Formats: sequence, C-alpha cells, structure tokens
Amino acid sequence: MTTTNSAGALEPAGSTAASVNQVGPHFLSPHPLPDEPLVTVQPSKSWAALDLRGLWAYRELLYFLVWRDIKVRYKQTLLGVSWVVLQPLLTTLVFTIFLGMLLHVPTDGVPYALFVYVGMMPWTFFTGAVNTTSNSLVGNSNLITKVYFPRALIPVSAIAARLLDFAISFGVLVALMAYLRYGLTWRILMLPVLVALVTLLALGLGMAASALNVKHRDVGVLVPLMLQLWMYASPVVYPVSIIPEGWRGLYRLNPLVGVIEGFRSSILGRGFDWPALGVSAAFTLALLVAAAFSFRRMETQFADIV
Amino acid sequence: MKPIIRVEGLSKRYRIGVRQQRHATTRAAIAAAVGAPLRRLRRAGRDGEELWALRDVSFEVHPGEVVGIIGRNGAGKSTLLKILSRITEPTEGRAQLYGRVGSLLEVGTGFHPELTGRENIFLNGAILGMKRAEIASKFDEIVAFSEMSRFLDTPVKRYSSGMYTRLAFAVAAHLEPEILLVDEVLAVGDANFQKKCLGKMGEVARGGRTVLYVSHNLGSMTNLCSQAILLDGGRKTAEGPVSDVIERYIYNGCEVTGERVWDSPETAPGNDKARLRAVRVVSRGRVTADVDIQDDAYVEVDYWSLASDARLMVSIHLLDKLRVGVLASANMHSANLGRDEWFDRPHPPGLYRSRCKIPGNFLNEGRYLINALVMSDVSNVDVRVDEALAFDVHDSGAMRREWGGYWLGVVRPKLAWQTERVGEEPVGEERLS
Repeated sequence: MTTTNSAGALEPAGSTAASVNQVGPHFLSPHPLPDEPLVTVQPSKSWAALDLRGLWAYRELLYFLVWRDIKVRYKQTLLGVSWVVLQPLLTTLVFTIFLGMLLHVPTDGVPYALFVYVGMMPWTFFTGAVNTTSNSLVGNSNLITKVYFPRALIPVSAIAARLLDFAISFGVLVALMAYLRYGLTWRILMLPVLVALVTLLALGLGMAASALNVKHRDVGVLVPLMLQLWMYASPVVYPVSIIPEGWRGLYRLNPLVGVIEGFRSSILGRGFDWPALGVSAAFTLALLVAAAFSFRRMETQFADIV
Repeated sequence: MKPIIRVEGLSKRYRIGVRQQRHATTRAAIAAAVGAPLRRLRRAGRDGEELWALRDVSFEVHPGEVVGIIGRNGAGKSTLLKILSRITEPTEGRAQLYGRVGSLLEVGTGFHPELTGRENIFLNGAILGMKRAEIASKFDEIVAFSEMSRFLDTPVKRYSSGMYTRLAFAVAAHLEPEILLVDEVLAVGDANFQKKCLGKMGEVARGGRTVLYVSHNLGSMTNLCSQAILLDGGRKTAEGPVSDVIERYIYNGCEVTGERVWDSPETAPGNDKARLRAVRVVSRGRVTADVDIQDDAYVEVDYWSLASDARLMVSIHLLDKLRVGVLASANMHSANLGRDEWFDRPHPPGLYRSRCKIPGNFLNEGRYLINALVMSDVSNVDVRVDEALAFDVHDSGAMRREWGGYWLGVVRPKLAWQTERVGEEPVGEERLS
C-alpha cells in the first residue's frame, strides 16, 4: 500500500537544494568589523579633484588594462607589432618624396627624411593617444556599467598602451640616425621631459574628450577632424622658420609647436625654443587640472548615461 | 550586533529623455530634421522627465546574512546593487559598508573575445577586484572548477556560450570579499552548472560572507537567502525572513479578480496603434479567478486597434507563482492549434477580442500569472502588461484517486501511459552469461 512513506515518489532525487540555506541570520562573523566603514557611498561634492590615492590602489588593474589593450591590438594582425614600425616609415617615405624631393620644403639643413620622422614621432603618438583615449570610455562601457573602479584608469591605460608604440618608433629613429650617421648631443637628455610633456598633453585632452564623448557622441567625430586640421597648424612636415616673423608669436601659442620643435632640438642637437616650450608646459598643466576636475565631476554619471 | 551594511534614506533619480514628437507629414518631418541640430543644442542643457528608481530606502544587514532583494522589473533592485557597488551614485542618502565589497552584476565582465581563457581569467579577476598574486594562487582551483583546462589557450571567441559562462563563473566564484553583491547571474548556463554554482554560493554563505542577492528566480532565492527585502516602485515595502517576504510578494503583487479592465482608450496601456482594453480568465462560461484543474480555461485579451493598417497579433505569457515562465503562446498560424482569421490582417479601428484556450488537465494546482502582449509585428511590442492578472488552479481531486501528496512540476498534464511485458522473468544462469 502506498502511504505517506513514499512521499517524494513523484520528485526526482535531489531536486531540493534546501540544505544550502542553513545560514542563520545571526551567524557570527569570524572577523570583528572595523569601527569605521571601509566604503561610504553618498552623493559626491560637486567640485573635487581626482582621487589619486584611489588610482594608486587600483594600479594592478591599470596594469591589466594596459596589458589587454596591447595584447588585443596586435592579436589578429598578420604583421603584428611590425605595423608600429611600418606606419611611420611609410608616411615618412611619402612626405619625403612629395614635400622633401618635389616641393623642396626647407629643413634648416637636416635631411628631410630625418626631419620629418622626428616630427612625426611625437605627432603620431599624440594623435593616436588622443583618438584612442577619447573613445576609451565609450568603448569600455561594458566595464563602466558593471564594475566599480576609478574611471580615470580607462583613459590613463589607453595612453599608457600607446607609449609602447612610441618606444618602438624611437628604436626605428636610432636605426635611422645610425644609417644617416647623425650623432646625438647632450640635448637628448631633455627627451624624457618632452615625452612626459606630450603624454600629459594628450592625457589632458583625451580625458576631457572621453568624458564629453560619453554624453555627446559628436565629440568622437569631432576629435579626429580637429586633429587633422591641427597637424597643418603644427610644425610636423615643415619647419617653424617658414612662418613669417610677425606671426610666430601667435603660432607658438599652439602647445604642440613647443613640443614638436623640442623633439627636433633634443634629437637633432639644436637650440631649444624655451618660450614655446614654456607655453606648452603651462597649457598642459592648466589643461590637466581642468580635465581632472571636470572628469571627476562627470564620472559619477558615466554609468547612467554611457 | 553591529551591521556590516547600513543603508540610510538611499534615493536615486534618473532623468528620462524628452519624448520624440511624431510628424504628420513628410514636409514637417524634413523641416524638423533640418532644425534638429539647433533645437538639440538648445535642449541639451534642459532637464527631461524625472524618475525615482529608488526612494528613501533604509535597511541594515548583519555579517553572515544572505539577503535576497525581491521585486518586479523596475522596482529598483539593480539600481540598489549598482549604488552599493559604487557603479553609480545615489542622489540622496548614504550607505556605509564595513567590509571589502565585491560585485557580480554580470558574469564575465570585461572578458575579451580575442584573449585566451588563461588571459581572461587574469583580466576578469583583476576587474572584479582580485590582486594579481591572489589570482595566480587560485588559478588552478579556478581552472578545475570551470572544467575547461583543455581550452585554456583558446581565444574565448571560439567558446560556446556555455563554456564562456563556466569560465566566467569559475573566476567569480573565487572572489573573496567580505560583502558580495550578486545580480541575477545564475540565469545563464546549463542546469548542472547552475546547481554547482548554487552550491558554491551556499558555501560562500556558510563561510560567513555577507551576500546581497537579486534574482527573479524565487526558487533559488528561498534556497540561498535567509532574509529578504521587498522593493516596489523604488520603495522598500517589506523585509524579514525570506519566506515571509516571498509570500507577501506573491499574494499582494497581483489582482486575483478574474478580470482587469481599462475603461478609457486614452489611459489604457499601449500606444497609437493598439491599446489594451481587458484581460480576463473564463472557465465554465463565466469570468473567474478560480479554475478547476480539469476544466478548460480561456484567457481573453480585449484590445482596441487605433490605426487602420496595423496588423496586430496577440500573445500571452503564463508564469507560475515564483515568476518562472510556464509557457508563451501567440495567435500566429504556426503556433495555433486552431486558426485565427485576424492574424496577419490589417485591423480596422475597433475593439477586438482574442481568446486562448488552456486545456484542462494541463496546469498544476496553484497560482498562475498572465502577461498580456499586443504586437504589430513579431519584433514590435505595442502593449505589454506584465502580471496583468492572476488566477488559481484548484485541485478538485479528479487526478487524486491514487496519489495524494506533493505533485512536482509547474504543469500537470494528463499524458498517455502504457506498460507491456517485454520479456521472461530473469533466470539465474542467463543473468550470469
């Protein structure tokens, strides 16, 4: 006779996972709680600078984001990292043929190929960095909406990943200079400062653009256009000396003039244009501060509007 | 005892965009498009409508508690988790967390398709807040849990979705924060792996970890949680032992009247193509919320067609009391036992009634909920009312002559059975050979 003994005959064995919930509401934690909360979530004050300590605490994630960007970029390309070498070499070749050999653009006595390559180095890095950075927050929206970390890690990592390309292009430069038998001077010691300057300039611009791009995608279209125009306003393929004397003061207000000319001076061993460098440095500093504040102000909304 | 999470007056306001106007003529549309950039610029600064996703929510969670957050779509559950995990900021109020927080709002956050399984374990672990050394020391354990050791050096874009989920969950399961915030992540993956994950989460809970868990699956919630909080329209409406809160959610959530009517076509749910007029359950020729298990029940959906060219179709979802989907049905020809003359035909403006027969001896006893949908094509839902109506199926005992106990399943169809004798009785020697 079937009685209550066979209860469960119509249930498959093990269908109840009831054993899982044996947690009493008053389970004693093995560790005492801290007196102060580790995290307090509340509406943030409207004006605050970037939280640098928070950034430092997440440095390992920064490392992994940079590592990811670098790995992924060359993963499915046939030539891999050789692209980093090929791209500036090919542009240099084209500019050398058209501007150097056919149009005879003056170079203040430097072989045109070297002249233009040295100008292209900071320029390529700068545009690449600003372009990738301005799209970085939108491109990582899946992370922003699902996990917390200081949002500034994303533009910072995008720039950092570009620095590898820069290092490689510097290697090419050394080869080029050896080939052209062009020696270095003590002025090369200034190079790290210039690299830092162009990196920070790109970071300030890229951070501000990336934050704006979250809200208005127009920025993502505007930035490449602006960069294209900017190249002609900067001494990348021509020397500052072709700018009429009376206009140079205005011309030097472009922060890239000091940077790009600085690269030439440092690598090709010529005198520095200190006023132009000063303008670049001041502009970069002001931009960075403004970008840090506005980024902090906007970052609280990223997850809601991205 | 001191709480590990203290939430005080938490509120979150979203601004919803201004609704797009419709233009009557092509000319008006073109004129509007030309003027659009200007108008957009002018409007960019202004505020749209406001929506309070969370309103004045306060509660405390003690160390070691596993608390479920229950509520319908849009009740504010996910917003609450997003605020606690610092993804988004509250508009008002504050929350204090006395422990390291790990959040799991999605499995495989940050997985990159081009990277290999091995690389993604490190990347995902770092994104979820693990230190590199921590990931390295748990790496073998993670791989073993995922059962994916053979595919570690394959890019995850070549993984099946099941493999992907396994790997992602394996990483997540090895997170060791003091407070774990989990959102609906068990909705993916195959049944066996889900069970394994539930087991792992149970272990986490027994280890003294504090867990806040959001899910639509009330079944897993009763298994995992001790306490629960009920949210409705952004407000906390109940809290307490999980079974009490679930009970309250089930029995207060939905009208059990057999019929729900929207009188005015202006305010009824829908849009300018179709609006809902009524949803009702009919059995034995009358409107009722109580259906005998052996009787046919008809779900009727009344709706207005408002545009003459709309080719409307109707669909219903049936959910059980734990909001587990039982079935979906629509009046499409290929899914229709009978034939619906109005399917895929333009509906001149007017009131229409679609009726779906749910046969007797099919549902199990208990409460069922109905979602009603009217669509102008398969991908365009014009009306959707979730949990529009509830009804109860009562066991009259017609199937109960032999067995009186618990009957497993969300449905209890009467199926055809037959037994035949297919061999002689086993004899000792034969069995040996």
